[in-house]
Amino acid sequence: MYTQALNSPEEGSLAEDAVRASRFQARVDAEERIEPNDWMPAAYRKTLVRQISQHAHSEIVGMLPEGNWITRAPSLRRKAALLAKVQDECGHGLYLYAAAETLGASREELVDAMLAGKAKYSSIFNYPTLTWADIGVIGWLVDGAAIMNQIPLCRCSYGPYARAMIRVCKEESFHQRQGYEIMLTLCRGTAEQKAMAQDALNRWWWPVLMMFGPPDQASQHSDASTKWKIKRFSNDELRQKFIDATVPQAQYLGLTMPDPEMTQDAQGHWRHGPIDWNEFKQVLAGNGPCNRDRLSARRKAHADGAWVREAAAAYAEKRARRQMAQAAE
Amino acid sequence: MATPNTPLWEVFIRSRNGLAHKHCGSLHAPDATMALQAARDLYTRRGEGLSIWVVPSSAITASDPADKGMMFEPAESKIYRHPTFYEVPEEVGHM
Repeated sequence: MYTQALNSPEEGSLAEDAVRASRFQARVDAEERIEPNDWMPAAYRKTLVRQISQHAHSEIVGMLPEGNWITRAPSLRRKAALLAKVQDECGHGLYLYAAAETLGASREELVDAMLAGKAKYSSIFNYPTLTWADIGVIGWLVDGAAIMNQIPLCRCSYGPYARAMIRVCKEESFHQRQGYEIMLTLCRGTAEQKAMAQDALNRWWWPVLMMFGPPDQASQHSDASTKWKIKRFSNDELRQKFIDATVPQAQYLGLTMPDPEMTQDAQGHWRHGPIDWNEFKQVLAGNGPCNRDRLSARRKAHADGAWVREAAAAYAEKRARRQMAQAAE
Repeated sequence: MATPNTPLWEVFIRSRNGLAHKHCGSLHAPDATMALQAARDLYTRRGEGLSIWVVPSSAITASDPADKGMMFEPAESKIYRHPTFYEVPEEVGHM
């Protein structure tokens, strides 16, 4: 699926670059996949490293809100499923880091940037999981929104990213179904349980809509990404698709969408009321409810694991030295 | 402080008896034993494999995409290497 970038960046004249750039764009337009050793514009490489590593960080930080409920899952069945889901998120993070590394970034560099607070991750993981119903909503809506974003990425022009996304999407569909099943169980339960489900939907709905990113007229990365076929649909298009898919599911649960202005238009699309983009900006700027918590949890995990990495490296080095000595005899 | 780099490994998995090992991804590990364990955790969570190979990425020699023409084009013109190049009368039956 991956293999490291074996090429070293070479110097070329500007005229040469223009020829290469047009050849590159022609390949992209012809729906060819770009592979790690192929020539690519520096800006394409940079955009991909940023996007793929942010995606990887999101998977890793995304383990935290759900991990919060593993020990308190209401049954063994739920606990086993949640544990498997959190393990999957970790796996997805690792596939994505590997894909980013094919572009010449090192794993350590990427992780360090996240721990230093210099790299972004999805705004959604800065919200707290207050009740068990939040685990249901995360699977149903957060993973649902992620799938909506990721399915078009399976056809992204960069081969390693597209292949990682195919694998992720295959595994992700269980996540959404287990979340919806939790919601269904709560909504068919006592009045108190149903109220818990409604409360979770109320708190998560707007942050979930923000996951698709700023509205089209305000998005800074879209144009080039669309030209390069990294992005196939605009933020607003994907958001609308997600809402249209979700509203009937909420109706089936007997839950009310926490948006008094939501209406269905003549074409059948559910139109949402205004989104508080100031909240989104605040969360991205580090001022969400859990930003500091999430980063400090990641830093602690990294620091606590340092001795394991050191011991493993020392052991590997000792074995290699012994083998060298034996070979010399 | 930057963390020292951990070696990269390429992972190959045999998904079923009788099939070849197929490249499925890469991972970082300090040595072969840990690479094998990590490959099992990362790439076979849903029974995807019966056997795993891990190979240090640095041991792989890859062809240069720029040489694609030189390497593979000569084969394209040699259609006589394919069975459909040869005519066998229908009466002869399947061959």
